[in-house]
Amino acid sequence: MSDPILTLEGVYTNIAQYHILQGVDLQVPRGAVTMLLGRNGVGKTTTLRTVIGHWRAHKGRILFDGEDITALPTPAIARAGLGFVPEDMGIFSDLTVEENMVLAAVSGPIDSARLDWIFSAFPPLKTFWKSEAGNLSGGQKQMLSIARAMVEERKLYLIDEPTKGLAPAIVSTMARALKDLKEQGASILLVEQNFAVARALGDTANVMDDGRMIWSGAMAELSNNAELQEKLMGLSLDAHH
Amino acid sequence: MTTAAPKHKPKMAELSLGQRLAPWMPVLLVPVLVALGAIAIPQTSSWLTLTVSGLAMGMMIFIMASGLTLVFGLMDVINFGHGAFVSIGAFVGVSVLLVLGQMSGAPSLGLNLIALLLAVIGAMAATGAVGWAFEKVIVMPVYGHHLKQILVTMGGLIVVEQLIVVLWGPEEIYITRPESLKGAITFAGAALEKYRLVAVVVGLIVFAAMRFVLRRTKIGLIVRAGVQNGEMVEALGYRLRRVFVGVFIAGSALAGLGGVMWGLYQEVITAHMGNDAMILIFIVVIIGGLGSVEGCFIGALLVGLLQNYVAYIEPKAALISNIALMVLILMWRPMGMIPVVKAK
Repeated sequence: MSDPILTLEGVYTNIAQYHILQGVDLQVPRGAVTMLLGRNGVGKTTTLRTVIGHWRAHKGRILFDGEDITALPTPAIARAGLGFVPEDMGIFSDLTVEENMVLAAVSGPIDSARLDWIFSAFPPLKTFWKSEAGNLSGGQKQMLSIARAMVEERKLYLIDEPTKGLAPAIVSTMARALKDLKEQGASILLVEQNFAVARALGDTANVMDDGRMIWSGAMAELSNNAELQEKLMGLSLDAHH
Repeated sequence: MTTAAPKHKPKMAELSLGQRLAPWMPVLLVPVLVALGAIAIPQTSSWLTLTVSGLAMGMMIFIMASGLTLVFGLMDVINFGHGAFVSIGAFVGVSVLLVLGQMSGAPSLGLNLIALLLAVIGAMAATGAVGWAFEKVIVMPVYGHHLKQILVTMGGLIVVEQLIVVLWGPEEIYITRPESLKGAITFAGAALEKYRLVAVVVGLIVFAAMRFVLRRTKIGLIVRAGVQNGEMVEALGYRLRRVFVGVFIAGSALAGLGGVMWGLYQEVITAHMGNDAMILIFIVVIIGGLGSVEGCFIGALLVGLLQNYVAYIEPKAALISNIALMVLILMWRPMGMIPVVKAK
């Protein structure tokens, strides 16, 4: 792989007495969607949170766009060009949808063309623009969470389970928006449990188990090999359809 | 860019009258309490005097407490030393007024206000600077440890009180208000102290300014968002630590302003006056909802009004009236009147 946007080299992360990441190696190519897969509790979310700096890597190195960000504080990592959509969405409930978006536009006023694109991807955000974000439905909150990351162009998007707990219609909306983002050449590292979405969006896949990366390759290779899926994740992707 | 989503026609939920009124209930408590006061105190002039007095007291408590509620909401810091800034503000402000004795004592409203303004600026500058040092030396090492915060900030308060004793002496200092702010005006048969009216105006200006900053500026957005979910604010690229230091300094400066006003209100200042005020300040912060400036404002008005009404009707019950108010409000809304939704 030539010049990846993000590289993790032997990253270890401890949370209290628990050793969550135990030497994670990962390369995220530019302009592609990289899937991070694995069963619950294997360290996918911890990997994203370690990259953004919410949790510190105790060992190893994280390179973003050629720069070592392992020890940088979270705001500096974000300003280097990382957009983060956490698993819990991280919505500011007491702020309006508009205020959430304005806050996410770190470098200045929101670009109107980009906002139109976001509204076309997520129409409810336009409808509820002046409403408190806490009053949105779960799906609308997720739309806002992703829209907030998309409000400015980022070098890399870290997105943690954007379809979790959502109705199928909303999942389709999410998938289309992410596909849109991908078609613009964005680099995305996506944690996703919905394998249909993973298969539709992913270019490369990385499978984790027990705090380590146990397999990396093309998403197509993984999605076409039920035996491999069974071996890596203890289930077959086709079992979900 | 392409259009991605299907047509979407969300429906707004139909809210009942009760649901629509719920957010305004805390605001309605103030006029309700004023109306109850009017019923309990039949003489209109006494009621009016007590109401203005209660509002003035509430405004000063709000000024002193507003910084504390933001500090708690933003960084989860329990600062028992906040009263130190009230005391320092009072002593520095009064010292400036004493130096400017001629201006303060002159029968000229303009000169008196300039003297008062300079005293307030001096007090706020001093408490802002002390607040910065307090945060660096005392608060920063104990982030995330509530018990340590309580112990170390109480220790800081004691140290500051003793420093005041060293600098200004152990005796309480009696002061007189600027000449033009002495006495009262008569309105509808009620004597309204001029100084209390000034306190009400200053309180309203501070509240309006805080509302403006918090609602209409980006830094205000960052503070409000930070109170709810600091981790996410940092993930967007904002250095919350710097914002917090700024809020701590501003909160300390406001406590200093409150200290000057509280000192002039009581016409006597002591090293422990800030510590004494902390009971009321904490009640206001708790019943308002930790981190909520609006809740703090309403809570302060309720405390000020109730204290004055009850002290008139049954002086012995004044002390417990605010505790009873806190208990009742927490039974009604355990997270305070206007709770800030914190990220889990």
